[in-house]
Amino acid sequence: MTARNVHVHYGPKQAIDGVSIDIEQDKVVAFIGPSGCGKSTFLRTLNRMNDTVASARVKGDIRLDGQDIYAPEMDVVQLRARVGMVFQKPNPFPKSIYENVAYGPRIHGLAAGKADLDHVVERSLTRAGLWNEVKDRLSDSGTALSGGQQQRLCIARAIAVDPEVILMDEPCSALDPIATAKIEELIHELRGRYAIAIVTHNMQQAARVSQKTAFFHLGTLVEYGATSDIFTNPRQDRTKDYITGRYG
Amino acid sequence: MSGPVLVIIVAGLALIGWLIARARAAAFRDGGQRFSSLPGHHGWYVALWLLVPPLVFLAIWAAVSPAMVTDAVLATPAAAQLPPPGFDRASILSEARALAQGRAYGAFNALSQRLAPAYATAQDRYDWIATGLALLLSFAGGAFAFVRVRPGFAARTRVERIVMGLLLAASLIAILTTIGIVASLLYEAGRFFHTVPVTDFLFGTHWSPQVIDPRDPGANLGAVPLFWGTFFIGAVIAMAVAIPFGLMSAVYLTQYAAPRTRRWMKPILEVLAGVPTVVYGYFAALTVAPAVRALAVSLGISWASSESALAAGLVMGVMIIPFVSSMADDSLAAVPSAMRDGSLAMGATSSETIRKVMLPAALPGVVGGVLLAVSRAIGETMIVVMAASGVATLTANPFASATTVTRQIVDLLTGEAEFDSPKTLAAFALGLTLFVVTLLLNIVALTVVKRYREAYE
Ligand SMILES: Nc1ncnc2c1ncn2[C@@H]1O[C@H](COP(=O)(O)OP(=O)(O)OP(=O)(O)O)[C@@H](O)[C@H]1O
Ligand SMILES: [Mg+2]
Repeated sequence: MTARNVHVHYGPKQAIDGVSIDIEQDKVVAFIGPSGCGKSTFLRTLNRMNDTVASARVKGDIRLDGQDIYAPEMDVVQLRARVGMVFQKPNPFPKSIYENVAYGPRIHGLAAGKADLDHVVERSLTRAGLWNEVKDRLSDSGTALSGGQQQRLCIARAIAVDPEVILMDEPCSALDPIATAKIEELIHELRGRYAIAIVTHNMQQAARVSQKTAFFHLGTLVEYGATSDIFTNPRQDRTKDYITGRYG
Repeated sequence: MSGPVLVIIVAGLALIGWLIARARAAAFRDGGQRFSSLPGHHGWYVALWLLVPPLVFLAIWAAVSPAMVTDAVLATPAAAQLPPPGFDRASILSEARALAQGRAYGAFNALSQRLAPAYATAQDRYDWIATGLALLLSFAGGAFAFVRVRPGFAARTRVERIVMGLLLAASLIAILTTIGIVASLLYEAGRFFHTVPVTDFLFGTHWSPQVIDPRDPGANLGAVPLFWGTFFIGAVIAMAVAIPFGLMSAVYLTQYAAPRTRRWMKPILEVLAGVPTVVYGYFAALTVAPAVRALAVSLGISWASSESALAAGLVMGVMIIPFVSSMADDSLAAVPSAMRDGSLAMGATSSETIRKVMLPAALPGVVGGVLLAVSRAIGETMIVVMAASGVATLTANPFASATTVTRQIVDLLTGEAEFDSPKTLAAFALGLTLFVVTLLLNIVALTVVKRYREAYE
């Protein structure tokens, strides 16, 4: 997925100013930067979730497999099936665990019959590392799970439609360290199968899970490169200040 | 001395007490020491003690003194000629009282003319007693409070406590009134069930209170046709209109409408709720009912009633739309937007998101709202008085005439009626039934809605 010279405005206010970035298959990209710098905004341009914000306007060129996702002929429904999203707060639907995972495949008509759907649900829950914990209670409500389990359920829900890219907006910020470790482990396992972009405020987390890191500041992309370079040898002073904690 | 004058005097006393107590408290503050209570608190403390006891006394007095005055009148020799207790005796006494109080100038009954002076004297005497007692209480309260106005006295907390007590009393009045209404309903209904068996009333299918056989009054007082009519009009036809339209408008307003559209559309919908029900009644009786009948006739139903269940139900449904819509609106708005985003991010369209995520999530709230709406519909009176029939028929045909509990209560209590025949008492039994049903509906609905709100706190 490639983004070139992306600008986003909320009404008169500019939130993203000329950002270009490549999100590569087999890699995890971490977006870091101070609060309000536009990480979520940029992430949401990648699956056109900004369409739901009336005041938001997006300019620039964003392509998925060479296809312009803001082109008029682009089907948003298809796009969002190919670019999945996991939110900051776990948001399982108030339905059973099974129905939560089956939701996407049903909408997109991906399963031929009940047996196939069962299979998709099992595979997604297994990949999300949740199958063993919930296989005996698939009909329980998804909202009855713990926070960490809910977040993995949301990841299972996102991968059930077999996306190419998964966007995660601070997926661990509402979780305790153990649940966080599980999600990080899961991201490791999912890498290779999906391109992943993750927003995080936790520097160690960015260093642990990502191969590439993008540092945003005031709506601009200050520095983008291999995670090891960004953390050990940043080229920009602003990046250095931020990751060493000198920036508030 | 008359009541208002007395109240003004007591209020004046309170004002004086307030000024004196404040001045006194201000004097000992001059020492430079600081106390928790300001002079004003001492003033209020004394003023409240001057004011509240006599006012409470006067309120109680107003309730009990008429009986005492009447007793005094009955003890006079002229009262010996009164007829035995009953309607005549009561009317002579009330006439005499009206004469004594100057509210009437002539009497139908010579006896009341003679009793009037006795009334006047008794009234006068009791008024003076009331005045004396009220002033005494005021002074006693004031003195009690005034000796407490000392430097360290925590007048502030006391005033706070008295104010809280007054607020509590105010809220109790509403509750006590409700209890009183229910008690009188229970009492009258109890008298009804003395003559008519409960089973006849609740399960009988024949209702024609105009002709009641004194030997078996229950035979014509079977309320099933009324219960059915109420349910059919209020819970079936009205809801068939109100639920789909209310729900759809709520969905549109919360999920699709631009903020600007919502800003003018929602208030307009709410205006619908402010239309007086009697106006809906006209509309039902004069516009909808003839149209419904014409429709039925054109469908070949020549006997269609011009007081059909359908006409009343349709208009009632329209009346309830804003109610359902605003409850559904609240429930949909209470569903976290994260649900919606989650579904949209899966590639669901808006309408899929609403059908598969938003509405199921909002369902308990919507159901609660619908139950509240039903409880309002079955208690609604004006529309059915004007548009429904007075004849109780047990039918599920929407073009046939139907009647409701509320309509029958009105019919039973208007016109010539003695107040203790089974016919009029039946109104109270109907009222009690309606009250119990709406109460249950409200309790269930509010529990459902509350549970649902908690689920998303
Ligand atoms: N719906 C919106 N309407 C108007 N302005 C918005 C909206 N969403 C975000 N913004 C503005 O855009 C800017 C970027 O916000 P964004 O949420 O992308 O920041 P962020 O980097 O994700 O911050 P955080 O780390 O706190 O999540 C902020 O200044 C914010 O106020
Ligand atoms: Mg954010």
